[in-house]
Amino acid sequence: MKAKITVKLKDIVLDPQGNTILHSLKEMGYEEIIKVRQGKVFFVELEESDKARAENLLKEIAHKVLSNPVIETYEVEIIE
Amino acid sequence: MKFGVVVFPGSNCDYDTYHVLNNVMGVPTDFIWHKDTLLSDYDLIVLPGGFSYGDYLRSGAIARFSPVMNAVKEYSEKGGLVLGICNGFQVLLESGLLKGAMLRNKNLHFICKHVYIKVKNTNTPFTNALKEGQVLRIPIAHADGNYFASDKDLKGIKDNNQIVFQYSDKNGDINDNVNPNGSLLNIAGMVNEKGNVLGMMPHPERASEKILGSTDGRYIFESIINYLKNRR
Repeated sequence: MKAKITVKLKDIVLDPQGNTILHSLKEMGYEEIIKVRQGKVFFVELEESDKARAENLLKEIAHKVLSNPVIETYEVEIIE
Repeated sequence: MKFGVVVFPGSNCDYDTYHVLNNVMGVPTDFIWHKDTLLSDYDLIVLPGGFSYGDYLRSGAIARFSPVMNAVKEYSEKGGLVLGICNGFQVLLESGLLKGAMLRNKNLHFICKHVYIKVKNTNTPFTNALKEGQVLRIPIAHADGNYFASDKDLKGIKDNNQIVFQYSDKNGDINDNVNPNGSLLNIAGMVNEKGNVLGMMPHPERASEKILGSTDGRYIFESIINYLKNRR
């Protein structure tokens, strides 16, 4: 099974990297862009055929390791 | 009295810290490998600066799961003194021994320079040789030192007087202009609720010998030694 885990900074947390990218885009003339938040994506493969069990396992590692719950949130998506 | 300095793969201030503790302060000191778990012989455990596990994932995020960190957690629960410097502070935050988290510096730079920090709390094992309001000159060297905590946690930290050091100017004025990294409340160092675990971004081991331009870092090591002597 393959999955995608997206880790994002919480909205209340300042994102200096996202802000700098936004600023650069505006400088380049992309005036339509009004917000950029930088995050991380993990592509994970696992040996598990049961979707529910896989999801639980992925949520566990997303919570415990891949994200820091103080500043980040995560989304787990099974892709195949 | 015996001190221990934890060595993670990627620690790079371990020898500096060992040198200051062992040779400058004169306290017998051991290196503790990240796979070791026997800490009961030590009166202080230091998590040194560096880039443990290459800072992969997040600073301190992988180090948190090394075998030694379970032992450090138990050690601190029993009241043992733990000092996390720079990357060590990040590891303490990731492992939940201190509340909050580090974000990338506000200006995105890796900042390596001497800064001034004001002493806010002298009632800890790490700061008893200092006076409240005293200003120290100690270098920082980090990319992720922008301290963040939820409103609720920050309130608890303030109410319990857990803020120990704040970035200031040389006269002790705390404002945005002297905040190098964007930390909430200019926080440069803090203790846990019990006061036996200190995390700080500035490097006291780089400011403990005259030849290095400042000896202000020694106050912290002297405080620890005072505290341990008086406890016996």
